[in-house]
Amino acid sequence: MGAYFTLFIGAVLINNFVLTKFLGLCIFFGVSKNLNASVGMGFAVTSVITLSTILAWLLYTQVLVPLHLEFLRTISFVILIASFVQLLEIVIKKESPTLYNMWGIYLMLIATNCIVLSVPVISVTNNYNFVENIVFAIGAGLGFALALILMASCREKLDYADVPEPLKGTPIAFVVAGMLSLAFLGFSGMI
Amino acid sequence: MNLWKVFTRGIIEENPYFVLALSLCPGLAVTTSVVNGLTMGCTVWFVITANNTVVSIIHKLINKKVRIPVYITCIATIVTCVQLFLQAYAPDLYKALGVYLDLVVVFAIILARAESVASKNGVVVSFLDGMGMGIGFTIAMFLISFIREILGNGTFFGMSVFGQSYQPALIMALPPGAFMLIGFIMAGFKIWNKHVEKQRQLKGVEG
Repeated sequence: MGAYFTLFIGAVLINNFVLTKFLGLCIFFGVSKNLNASVGMGFAVTSVITLSTILAWLLYTQVLVPLHLEFLRTISFVILIASFVQLLEIVIKKESPTLYNMWGIYLMLIATNCIVLSVPVISVTNNYNFVENIVFAIGAGLGFALALILMASCREKLDYADVPEPLKGTPIAFVVAGMLSLAFLGFSGMI
Repeated sequence: MNLWKVFTRGIIEENPYFVLALSLCPGLAVTTSVVNGLTMGCTVWFVITANNTVVSIIHKLINKKVRIPVYITCIATIVTCVQLFLQAYAPDLYKALGVYLDLVVVFAIILARAESVASKNGVVVSFLDGMGMGIGFTIAMFLISFIREILGNGTFFGMSVFGQSYQPALIMALPPGAFMLIGFIMAGFKIWNKHVEKQRQLKGVEG
C-alpha cells in the first residue's frame, strides 16, 4: 500500500507533469485563462488519461510484447488514444448531451496531446504492473488538474495587474509558471 | 507565392516556438545541454519537412473526414524511423531524450503545418515551409539550450567556458529557470517583431 501511495504522491506533486516534466504545456497555457474552463479541462484530462493508459497498458503487455512488436509502441498508442477519444466523444454525445455540452469541446483538444501520450509511454518503460499503472495515471491527471487550476487562479488576478507591454499574454504566464514550478521544487525532499 | 518568403517566415517572423507558441514541451524539457537541444531541433526539422512533403503529395487521395488520423499515422511512421535510427547510431542521445522523442508525434506544430500548408499547396512550397519552420524551431532549441547550459552549468558542448571560479546558477538548469527564460525570450521576440512592423509602416508612408 505504502509503495502505491508514494507513487501517487510522486506523480501528483514531486514529478508534477506540467511543472517539472513540462508535459501538456499547450493546454496548460491555452486553457488557463479562465478558471471554470480549467476545472472542466482538468476533469476531462484526468479521466481520459486514466482510461487510455489502462487500454494502452493492456495493448502493450498483451499484444505488442508477446508478438515482439515493441517498436510499434508510438504509432499504436497514438492511434489507440485518438480513436478512443473519438469513441468517447460519440458515446457521451449520445448518452448525456448535458455532459457533452460541458466537456465535449475539450475532448478533441486532448486527443493528440503530449500528456495523454506520455503517461502510457512512461508507464510501460518503467514496467509498472496493472495497479501501479492505474495509480500512476490518476496521479498524473490530478497533478495536471492541480497545476492548471493554480495557474488559472493566478492568471485571473494577472488580468488586473499592470504588466509591461511586451510581457503581456503568454510571456508573463511563463514567468508565473516558473514561480509555481519553483514552489513545486520544494516538494522534492518529501520522499 | 514568393518562395523565399515561404522559406524565411518560419525563422523569425513566424518562429514556431516563440511567436506561434506551438509545441512548447521540448523547449523546456530537453534544453539542459546544447547537444540534446540540437538533436531535438534536428529531429523536428527532419520530421516536419518529411511530413510536409508526404502530405502535400498524398492529400488529394485522402477523404477530408479522415485526414487528421492519416496525417498522424504519417507523422508517427516518420518519428518511429528517427527513433530507430537514433537508437542504433546514438544510443546515449536516445536515452537522454527519452519520452520526449515519442512525443514528437503529437507536437502541434507538425500537425498544424500539415493542415494549414501542406494540404493546400504543392510539393515545393510545402517542402520549403517545412525547412523554414524546422530551422526556426532548431534555432529556438539552440538559443534556449545555449543560455541554459552556459549559465546553469558553465559549459558549452560540455567544454568549460568560465573556468573553475564560476559558480553555476543552478536555477537555470532546473525547471523554473527554463520557464522564466522562455517567458523573457518571447517578450524579446515580441519587441523585435513590433519594431520591424513599425519600420515597415514608416517605409510605406514614405514610399
